[in-house]
Amino acid sequence: MRQFPLWKTIVSVMIVLISILYSLPTLMGGVPTWWPSFLPAKMVYRGLDLQGGLYLLLHVQTDKAVEQAAENLVDEIRISLRKGKLRYQSIKRQGMDAVEIKLPSDVSKADVTKQLKEDFRTAKIEEIPDGLRMQLTATEVAELRKFAVDQSIQTIRSRIDQFGVSEPSLQKQGEDRILLQLPGLNDPSRAKTLIGRTARLEFKLVDEKGDVAAALAGTIPADDQLLYEERGARKGQKAARYPLLLKKRAALTGDLLTDARVNFDQNGESLVSITFNHQGARKFAQLTGEHVGERMAIVLDDKVYSAPVLREKIEGGRAQITGNFTPDDAHDLAIVLRAGALPAPVVILEERTVGPTLGSDSIHQGVVSSLLGGFLVIVFMGIYYKGLGMLANVAVMFNIFILMAVLAALQAALTVPGIAGIVLLIGMAVDANVLIIERIREELRLGKSPMAAIDQGYAKAFMTILDSNLTTLVTAIILFQFGTGPVKGFAVTLTIGLVASMFTSITLTRMMLYYILRNRRVQSLSL
Amino acid sequence: MELISSTLNIDFVGIRKWAFAISGGLVLLSIVSLVTLGLNFGLDFAGGAVMQLRFPGPAPIADIRTALGEIGMGSAVIQEFGSPQEILIRLHQEKQGSDGEASKVAQKIVDAVSPLVDKGQEGKVEVRRFEFVGPQVGHELTINGIRAVIFSWLAILVYVGFRFEFRFALGAVLALVHDVLITLGFFSVTQKEFSLVVVAAVLTLIGYSINDTIVVFDRIRDETKRLRQHSLAVVINEAINRTLSRTIITSLTVVLVLLALFFYGGEVIHDFALTLLLGVVVGTWSSIYVASPIVLALENRRLAKARQSEN
Repeated sequence: MRQFPLWKTIVSVMIVLISILYSLPTLMGGVPTWWPSFLPAKMVYRGLDLQGGLYLLLHVQTDKAVEQAAENLVDEIRISLRKGKLRYQSIKRQGMDAVEIKLPSDVSKADVTKQLKEDFRTAKIEEIPDGLRMQLTATEVAELRKFAVDQSIQTIRSRIDQFGVSEPSLQKQGEDRILLQLPGLNDPSRAKTLIGRTARLEFKLVDEKGDVAAALAGTIPADDQLLYEERGARKGQKAARYPLLLKKRAALTGDLLTDARVNFDQNGESLVSITFNHQGARKFAQLTGEHVGERMAIVLDDKVYSAPVLREKIEGGRAQITGNFTPDDAHDLAIVLRAGALPAPVVILEERTVGPTLGSDSIHQGVVSSLLGGFLVIVFMGIYYKGLGMLANVAVMFNIFILMAVLAALQAALTVPGIAGIVLLIGMAVDANVLIIERIREELRLGKSPMAAIDQGYAKAFMTILDSNLTTLVTAIILFQFGTGPVKGFAVTLTIGLVASMFTSITLTRMMLYYILRNRRVQSLSL
Repeated sequence: MELISSTLNIDFVGIRKWAFAISGGLVLLSIVSLVTLGLNFGLDFAGGAVMQLRFPGPAPIADIRTALGEIGMGSAVIQEFGSPQEILIRLHQEKQGSDGEASKVAQKIVDAVSPLVDKGQEGKVEVRRFEFVGPQVGHELTINGIRAVIFSWLAILVYVGFRFEFRFALGAVLALVHDVLITLGFFSVTQKEFSLVVVAAVLTLIGYSINDTIVVFDRIRDETKRLRQHSLAVVINEAINRTLSRTIITSLTVVLVLLALFFYGGEVIHDFALTLLLGVVVGTWSSIYVASPIVLALENRRLAKARQSEN
């Protein structure tokens, strides 16, 4: 039989030993206390479907961020024109990213353009029949969109951090998507609400002169909006909705907050108390001072939480938000207010929630089917191919060790389909050895000596194994490229397993055969 | 032990007309079914929501139906899942409401169903799983799945064309198209749910089937050197016969592990294992009766043309 080079032996044994070390923490189900610290202690990372958790694909509605910017532009143009003492009929947002300024016929378009050019240097201004039209430039829009997504990621991350999730993963996907993975969550629906909330806090004055009845019938004054306050949503009581006519422009917004905390009123009801920064406190004092006797609505995401009457000027920059909160509600509201508003609303495109018990059931099923599948294959190979079959079995076992070790080292997620991949691999990995053994049998039938048959068998089977494994690998890699989530996990185990099986089924079995047979006079092979 | 005799000599090539008829018939049937019945696309592709709930006792399915009807989800499909304690609730895309609503659906269902737990029972309703896929993502997943399959065909066409000859590549890929069509046809005829996991299984089956085909091709390449004077038909027959033992044994080991997965792998893996069980049979058949005979047919056509041009 051909020599098996010493260096190959050393490398192979090293690979096997290192793999066993790396896979032991996982196979023992944890790192034991006596485990020395210099040894690898990483366990295979369980995917969301195995440990339970929340997978969310969010779409950031960047269009809304652009619209908001255009709305802001309306205000700025108004201020600019007032400063230049230029009269206008109306200033309105047109479409997503433009503002139309209607001018009286006696106001010169050129004058207005000049004034606007002064205040908005980069603005694109064009004339329309009875006024002007100002449009956000393409770069501005692109910048707004990018900012909206980046800011959303940051805000959501800070919300999650404050909520307390062990290993959150947040990634930007494509241009306007965020992929969020939160493993091991007890209350996914609460986390979802926390993440998805825009949390735009606004203080708006109630239009005391406005006609609510007329507004309900459909005629809302141009500068007003109709919002509802929900009250009394306590146990056993249906929530009631009270319409309120509010000034559209927010007198003050939540971005001037420095802090938000949970507190309790004298009845023990939860409430959230907020603290403004210096600028916010000044504005708040001015606002409350100017409108004593009027009502001011506290609006969060277009829902009125309360609309108390302002009794006096409020100094010190503190305010309270009440609204029949449960302690959890108040806690979460404080978090989102502290973390800040999302620059644009987010929408859930895809969600997958797995409860913790389902995850552990899946692991159990995975272990049972792996053991059973492995047992069946080992028995079959042992009976059919005897000695060489058992050698193939040992190779498959090492294959699993290597696979576990690589998964643990890379911290690639093992998923439910991934476990199926491992089980499938047990069945497919013996294929290389079946090819080799069948070839050896053929050579023996041709009358070759056992040793020569082994050499020939390995040599002839090698090309076939290489070709067939590489083509299978091609499909595994494509699956990895196009798969998402759990399916990707399957592709990972399959790819690693296929590569490892080439080593275990060809090199390792060859090595073992060499050391078993080298000092014997072999008359016949056990196969 | 030897299941397949080493001196076996079946004339696989001789009966290729019959094999083509069977394969062609199945493919045709599959295409007809795919066109008329279509596939029963699951959540991943059609969009919608699925919720798996576990009750402390037997799930009161009739009451659950009423409760869901009251909150406007009367069209939801409710079925027992695995055990009498567990149910699966499916909601179709159009009943899903607007984008913002989707995230609240889960909570709404739990709120509606929770009171149904019998007073005497300990515990509460447990959400084992909730999945929601929006229409846009469903569409993207569909496109991705189709792309993955087509790319794998192209990649194999290139690899086999490079390692062997183009006729071999064509035979291999046509065999794969045959496998995929029949598998899809099975899902169409039975109207079993077609999910992302099934697509993964289809790609695995492509990997398995091409593996099988390559082993035969490799042997054909080997035997061509040995049997130089013989026609391609003889060479192919010899190659298939000599690799038949390996083909059967490997299929058997794979079937063994698939049976373990089918019976003990859990609900998600069940369909995966079923697809592959079918795939192993179809893939093995196509490696023997489709891939190589196509190579032979191409060879015969080439020879016929050559003869014609000589005359």
